[in-house]
Amino acid sequence: MRFETSPAPHVIAGYSVPRVMFPVLIALVPVAIAHVVLLGPGLLLQLAVACVTALLAEAFALRWRGQDPAPALRDGSVLVTACLLALSVTPLLPWWLTALGTALAVLLGKHVFGGLGQNPFNPAMVGYAILLVSFPLEMTRWPVLLDAPEAQSWMELARMTLGAIFGAVGDPRWDAFTGATALDAIRTGLDLRYTLPEILGRGDVMGPLGARGFAWLNLAALAGGLYLLARGIVRWHIPVAVLGGLLLPAFIAHALDPGGHLSASTQAFAGATMLAAFFIATDPVSAATSNLGRLWYGAGIGLLAWIIRTWGGYPDGFAFAVLLMNVAVPFIDRYTVPRIHGRAR
Amino acid sequence: MAAWAHFPAGLALESHKRADAIVPVIELPAPSRVVLPLDPGTGESAEPVVAVGDVVQRGALVGRATSAFSANVHASIAGRIIAIERIEAAVPTGACLCVTIAADAAPASTQDPWPAATDHASMNAQQLCDALHEAGIAGLGGAGFPTATKLVAGRQRSVHTLLLNGAECEPWITCDDALMQTAADDVVFGAALLRRACGATACVIAIEDDKPAAIAAMTLAVDRAVDAALSLAVVSAVYPRGAERQLIEAVTGIEPPSGGLPVDAGIVCQNVATAAAVARWGTRGEPLLSRIVTVTGSGVARPCNVRAPLGTPLTDLVAATGGYRDAPLRLIAGGSMTGIALPSDDVGLGKATNCVFVATRADIAPRVDAFERACIRCGNCSDVCPAGLLPQQLHRAALADEHALLRELGIFDCIDCGLCDYVCPSQIPLAHRFRLARGRFREATVAARKSDEARERHEQRQRRLRDEAAARQRAFEEVRARALPAARGSDGIDDKSGEAP
Repeated sequence: MRFETSPAPHVIAGYSVPRVMFPVLIALVPVAIAHVVLLGPGLLLQLAVACVTALLAEAFALRWRGQDPAPALRDGSVLVTACLLALSVTPLLPWWLTALGTALAVLLGKHVFGGLGQNPFNPAMVGYAILLVSFPLEMTRWPVLLDAPEAQSWMELARMTLGAIFGAVGDPRWDAFTGATALDAIRTGLDLRYTLPEILGRGDVMGPLGARGFAWLNLAALAGGLYLLARGIVRWHIPVAVLGGLLLPAFIAHALDPGGHLSASTQAFAGATMLAAFFIATDPVSAATSNLGRLWYGAGIGLLAWIIRTWGGYPDGFAFAVLLMNVAVPFIDRYTVPRIHGRAR
Repeated sequence: MAAWAHFPAGLALESHKRADAIVPVIELPAPSRVVLPLDPGTGESAEPVVAVGDVVQRGALVGRATSAFSANVHASIAGRIIAIERIEAAVPTGACLCVTIAADAAPASTQDPWPAATDHASMNAQQLCDALHEAGIAGLGGAGFPTATKLVAGRQRSVHTLLLNGAECEPWITCDDALMQTAADDVVFGAALLRRACGATACVIAIEDDKPAAIAAMTLAVDRAVDAALSLAVVSAVYPRGAERQLIEAVTGIEPPSGGLPVDAGIVCQNVATAAAVARWGTRGEPLLSRIVTVTGSGVARPCNVRAPLGTPLTDLVAATGGYRDAPLRLIAGGSMTGIALPSDDVGLGKATNCVFVATRADIAPRVDAFERACIRCGNCSDVCPAGLLPQQLHRAALADEHALLRELGIFDCIDCGLCDYVCPSQIPLAHRFRLARGRFREATVAARKSDEARERHEQRQRRLRDEAAARQRAFEEVRARALPAARGSDGIDDKSGEAP
């Protein structure tokens, strides 16, 4: 009797890229719900625009490169990119900017380098950074969070959001329901030589846990992140190092100068901290590859984010911190090769 | 008894060792034909010492070892040699020189060609090694490395410990489990002979904790032996615990040096089945003629362990255990993780063939359906790598054939366990890529050495030609220097133009 042959091993666990990517999408559900509750339905539209654009861009790029787009469209990786970008931008972003950012993320962030697994930069952050430096006004116009005293009703916000996304530029009532994010307000206040207690004492910035509203978003992202840790989809090294790299200097600076520096707990639950620590920095393709390397990589992101938040030109710094550390990955990988069994310690 | 937890990585794989299919060990009657591979599994064949048409007794030498990597081969049944040819075999290279014996002729003598008893007690270590070499004993654990070669190396390096490997970590294989349950005293006796032959002062028998019956049987046998130098170590069942280097570290805490051998760490490692074969030689004088092999997989009617003469065609093995069922898809010599997929069941049982795994689609579906995607650097592979490598980095270097980087990242430290493949979400055949990369690396090394030698030869020749030319020139100038003054003196010609500056 004749048999087909194949190389060993003959049994594999049957893990697959979709089985890595789809749990990430599931883990984003809590933060998405909190987002919709606190910031209105804008996110849902942003998600729809980003996902459709991402799938189209992926299919276009693969077709252009002479490959079959079907398996790539099913692997879920481009949807993760789209969802992370949609969650990073303001829910009021005009739809064509979301589409542009997503297309650039997929094409410039991923496919110019050779597609899945080849990109040195986190594609979502490439798209986000391009939008942020090119359209700073649109990118920093956030709705007033619905847990703020001056906020209007959710339905009102929904109506205004539709207008903002689909091009009703210059509606006079915008000022009533848009504002800076907490980190933005603090940054502006500090630039005007107010001290932190003065800024925070105004009451419209902080909530019980950290920056008002955003604390809930961060808690929801943390919940999703813990789910990914429990599922073994991400390892603890990068999230822990990101938080350590951000919170340790924040703690020291706040202890030395409470008037000029936010406390560690505020930093932890403000801005994109948890989303970045668990979902963005953990993108395996653009992260360092050994466990020791992951610690250095994460710590670098946290530290850079703190530096940018404290002295940089942008209120939140994770997009640039991630991109900068992406540049450092080959260097980190080079110097963090683990000891091979049987080689000198 | 000591339980050790230390182990660099690895993974607890789903076990397919069915408790009801381990013992009893079925004794297979002598088949009508055997196909004896002359390669024990190391890639180096013994030299045939019989000719087609010869009639041989059971136990007669048919192939003689020609190197430290080959082993003597004996006729496992009596009969006539009907073929000596290079054919498909259950060896890593896929084919080797094989001797086929048909049981259609009876030899003149029915007496065994070996002495009724060996006087192993009076033999010194070297004599023991020589005798085991004569008996054709090779590693029965799966690699087939000649036992005597390891023992001699061990004695030369003054090893302290003989480690007997009864870990058996491959998820489908149970032949060592069966052996330890049924022939524990043989293992202990063989261990004593092996320890004496390599000069080790201690012997540790290591068994994974998923084999309680084997541990119980071996504990009793070790107690009966009353040998202070002999001990049992129970190790946790984590693949690839049974790999030589990994087991040594788990049991002794010593890491054999990268690029070195266990003897460099003072250890000789042998399989428990090899020890039992040594015991058969010690008690009966019998060379290596048979082995226990696991016949398993969803493609066989009755999974079981069988003691069969070496060279038994795998068809006969499967038939004796009830035959095929359920559309067999792959025939694998060895286990699911490191076994060799055979193109045909008409190959003979080799010394290193510890398992015949007849896999159906149900057993191996994810591998058959595997769809390779690009590496996403998730790091699953480096998490499980027992050698502490970064397979994701090695893979890039392997695709680019960057030899300096491959060596630095440890391509030759890879033990080929296949775990990186097992956990890869992009379903990249990493272990196979690394095998190919090692092959290309070695070829390139050989080619580079040849070209270096050729350049050296060429440069030597150029040097020699230059030296000869210079010598001729010097000789010419000497002659001329002697001749010129005489000529000048005779006809007064002032010749300066031809002088060298």
